[in-house]
Amino acid sequence: MPPAIDQGPESTAVEAPRRGHYKIFLGMAAGVGKTYRMLQEGHAEADAGRDVVIGYLEPHEREETSAQASGLEELPRRIVEIRGGATVSEMDLSGLLRRAPELALIDELAHTNPPGLEHDKRYEDIATVLAAGIDVFSTVNVQHLESLNDQVAELTGVRVRETVPDKVLGGADEVVLIDLTPEALIARLREGKIYPTQNIDAALNNFFKIENLAALREVSLRQVAEEVESKRLVFAEAETVGTRDAERVSDDAAKAVGERLLALVRPQASSQRLVRRAWRSAQRLGTDLDLLWVKPPGTPIDGECERQVTALRRLASVLGATFLIEEHDDVVVGAARVARERGSTYIMVGESPPPRGLARLREPLPQRLMRATPPGVDVRIVANRGRRDEEGGP
Amino acid sequence: MTLLALIRLEHILIALALVLGGVGGFWLAKSRLGRKAPSEPEAVHHLLLPFAGTEISRRAVDAALRLSRAEGATLMPAYLAQVPKSLPLECPIPKEAGQAMAMLEAIEQRAAAKGVPVDARIERGRTYRHALARLLSEEDFDRVVVSAGATGTQGLSGDDLVWLLERAPAEVMILRPGPEDHRMVVPATALASNGNGAGSSV
Repeated sequence: MPPAIDQGPESTAVEAPRRGHYKIFLGMAAGVGKTYRMLQEGHAEADAGRDVVIGYLEPHEREETSAQASGLEELPRRIVEIRGGATVSEMDLSGLLRRAPELALIDELAHTNPPGLEHDKRYEDIATVLAAGIDVFSTVNVQHLESLNDQVAELTGVRVRETVPDKVLGGADEVVLIDLTPEALIARLREGKIYPTQNIDAALNNFFKIENLAALREVSLRQVAEEVESKRLVFAEAETVGTRDAERVSDDAAKAVGERLLALVRPQASSQRLVRRAWRSAQRLGTDLDLLWVKPPGTPIDGECERQVTALRRLASVLGATFLIEEHDDVVVGAARVARERGSTYIMVGESPPPRGLARLREPLPQRLMRATPPGVDVRIVANRGRRDEEGGP
Repeated sequence: MTLLALIRLEHILIALALVLGGVGGFWLAKSRLGRKAPSEPEAVHHLLLPFAGTEISRRAVDAALRLSRAEGATLMPAYLAQVPKSLPLECPIPKEAGQAMAMLEAIEQRAAAKGVPVDARIERGRTYRHALARLLSEEDFDRVVVSAGATGTQGLSGDDLVWLLERAPAEVMILRPGPEDHRMVVPATALASNGNGAGSSV
């Protein structure tokens, strides 16, 4: 049974302390300098007169990191006996709560504790420390984030077992990305600054490849951008609640950061070309893709229509896109509503057949879309391949 | 009066015999035609072209296109993607999807030039055969054209093809290009990076 947490003499206080300030240093891979930067900032806080303690440090036998830690008080570790009589040293959560510094530096928040400690995971320890009113600086690599675990495994071929729920990152007051180019990181690895000499070749041949690191860097940058965006949107909503301009401001907020692509599809095979184009554009922009079918009310989804809807749904799943069906008798109104809700910045539509009869008098779909969507949303038309080929296009 | 009645009756009988003869002849002809009908092939609506990897024999693609065009069928090129066991089977696979998209685009370009409609698929599986099995169970098609790679370096193995012959609920055509026929359909990007300029095949 896990031991009860000793909250120290302050635990008798009636009022709960304020939650500590939480700052996470996020990196794309081991060796980018997360721990080093955390220690640097810890020193700066200590120099400013704050009570700073290293709750747990994983120096990984890196000289620069160990040197940076000197001068800061380090909490004694707790020795825990594991299966087979072996022992491991872990963070002493109760000791840290008793010591009650103003700021605790706790490395490797994705770490899994051995059985018998207060919590299974270190991020749960950190939550307890924060709840006790202690500020925390901590570190984590992007591949540990639960929602990115599959994506990173697909990109790099390496899966990590220790994962952290995304809400941990979302709950941090500050997320600092420690960025380094893949080339610089590999140079650090070759210089023996990350792993001991005997492990360098294995690391270079497995995880530390330029293409892996470039992909991880992109994932990290995007993750932090999304964090910033989501926090800004929450802030914008809080600021505008109850004001007349609430709707206008939140509309602007939704579109100000990052791109989001919306492709208007129909349940027919020819839509696949549009999806391919849209997905490629989304990849280039590094953004999410939504596929939308504005279904006329009462249209049954059966027969060939059902077959094509299923195909689109499966294609969206393969691509990591979102397939949406919006019921409306006017494509433009339905699409504009979804574009506003999803914060779309680009709308891609297929080429319409030449209008006939009275339809010639009607304003073309792209123009209507541009007028119906929030200002600044671009509308792009994807040419019909059949027509292009007939005309001898490239 | 009696003679007149007899003549009328004779005419009626002749007319009746003619009608009966005509109906009988029609019925006989129809039944004979009906007996021949089962030996004629059913109309082909979808022609499946499963493949894996980053290239496919141009001969196989062209054969599939010729057949589709002749039958008025839709070509269904299907990229088979392997998902490692470390990942959920239904997870997004952007890296594989990138390859698939480029290949499907190249096939669609050839199909458009020949006026053949295309309805492409990407199917995931733990192995190519697993992806193929999922494809067979989920899609409706009337004929399968599959390329037996001359090099055998990527894509479906001989065992996979035998498995396909046993399991596919439709006609299967296995097309093996001649040993000297190395022409492939590859994505235009691959050609560009090889310095061959834009295009859909080599």
